[in-house]
Amino acid sequence: MKIINCPLNGPRNSSEFVHGGEVRQMPDPNNCTDKEWADYVFYSDNLIGVVTEWWLHAPSGYWFIAERHTGSDEILRTYDPAEIYTSRVEFKAKEEPSASEEKTA
Amino acid sequence: MPFSLLKYGLNKDYPFEQNADLPSPSALKSHYDVVIIGAGGHGVATAYYLAKYHGITNVAVLEKGYLGGGNTARNTAVIRSNYLTSEGVKFYSESVKLFQGLSNEFDFNIMYSSRGQLTLAHTDAAIRGFRQRTEVNKHFGGKTELIDPQQIRELVPSLNMNPADQPVLAGLWHIDGATARHDAVAWGYAKGATQRGVELHQLTEVTGVDVDKGKVTGVQTNRGKISCGCVVQAVAGHSSIVGAMAGIRMPITTYPLQAMVTQPVKPFLNPLVSSPALHCYVQQTGRGELVFGGGSDPYPLYNTRSTMDLKESLLAHAVELFPFMANMRLMRQWAGLTDMTSDYSPVMGLSPVENYYLDAGWGTWGFKATPICGKTMAELVATGKVPELIKPFSMSRFDTFRQVNEMGATAASH
Repeated sequence: MKIINCPLNGPRNSSEFVHGGEVRQMPDPNNCTDKEWADYVFYSDNLIGVVTEWWLHAPSGYWFIAERHTGSDEILRTYDPAEIYTSRVEFKAKEEPSASEEKTA
Repeated sequence: MPFSLLKYGLNKDYPFEQNADLPSPSALKSHYDVVIIGAGGHGVATAYYLAKYHGITNVAVLEKGYLGGGNTARNTAVIRSNYLTSEGVKFYSESVKLFQGLSNEFDFNIMYSSRGQLTLAHTDAAIRGFRQRTEVNKHFGGKTELIDPQQIRELVPSLNMNPADQPVLAGLWHIDGATARHDAVAWGYAKGATQRGVELHQLTEVTGVDVDKGKVTGVQTNRGKISCGCVVQAVAGHSSIVGAMAGIRMPITTYPLQAMVTQPVKPFLNPLVSSPALHCYVQQTGRGELVFGGGSDPYPLYNTRSTMDLKESLLAHAVELFPFMANMRLMRQWAGLTDMTSDYSPVMGLSPVENYYLDAGWGTWGFKATPICGKTMAELVATGKVPELIKPFSMSRFDTFRQVNEMGATAASH
């Protein structure tokens, strides 16, 4: 794989891109168990086959999704994340009680 | 030419059969007490110590290719114990001690060569890290010192002290650092294991693992089904793939790691030299070739192809360290598959499947741990108890967020 077809900038040299890891569903950080969170952060199927992953075109700061074969090193398809993510994803965790609140509690 | 050779030349049979280091392949039995998947250094070392210390010889080591033909053949054979955490230093120091006695133990020369390993600091932050590593190492009986540029010049006169405009400020001088012939380590262990009755089956690929009620009962291979009491998985580079056969999901991502070797030249470089800031380590082998390695590839892949950009950056940095190397010719280059964990420590010990033991996640640090891995994994299999030395490396550390962070102690890849 020498050229990656960026959905925004067209075919560019692979050295311009940064791998961002597999696309996967984030468990709800407020309600999931430690095991579920550990699984999300550390574990992976890591299999040989086609994976769907995040890639960044670094010069333009553009994140997109690529389907890549981890055995043959071929990118089968790249597309804008809007194809999968139709609504905004909130990453906000539960608010920690502030220091003043802790004192009164 | 001795005349006896001519006699062998005219002989129809292979003349060395009775003296062969490894017995000829036999038929697979239907049951073994222990099945070890993978005849790399770790696998055969485990078999060796099982037979030697625990008297367990009904053992089959299954290998899809040939003995020591995977990452045992692809690593750059660095032996050191100058790690960062007390868990890591304790573990790798034991390994270095075992390495020192291996040639005698095998009666087979593994070409162990204790040269010392020098890591270069180009920033104040790196020096602080080195200070910590020096103290941790000394505390556990290792020989590691922080040295200044003058001492570095004396150790390695050919080194450029201002590579890539990043002056060398200090060095972590690890006197125990060494190298050895990686193939010979696997051969020595295999010879010792098979002499004690262990069966080594090459060209025998495990295609499935039988698990019944959470307990492993056997494995399927391209040569038939085997039932077994327990399984040890030692398949660096394919840990997730084989683990998945037993239904185990692992905290591992697999990246290629590229290395290369130059034409042989006169000996000029005694210590093993590495620069984490330049992502590069260089050593001269006993044959005079220079071996280089660097960081892993930038994205996960199960492919040992080579890429020009990684070669280019690695060579550029190597030439910065030793400018005259620009005139040398490259002989070979290759890649191996590294099973990286997020904390740069291995995954060893129990797995979610009963009697299925893991020796995985060996990333870029597997070769140096070969003897101690074999010894501790054999103890685990024989006694069913996890040895103290490898307790911190259990897979469950990820579930409890108790990682053993060795990322800062890699020679080149961070």
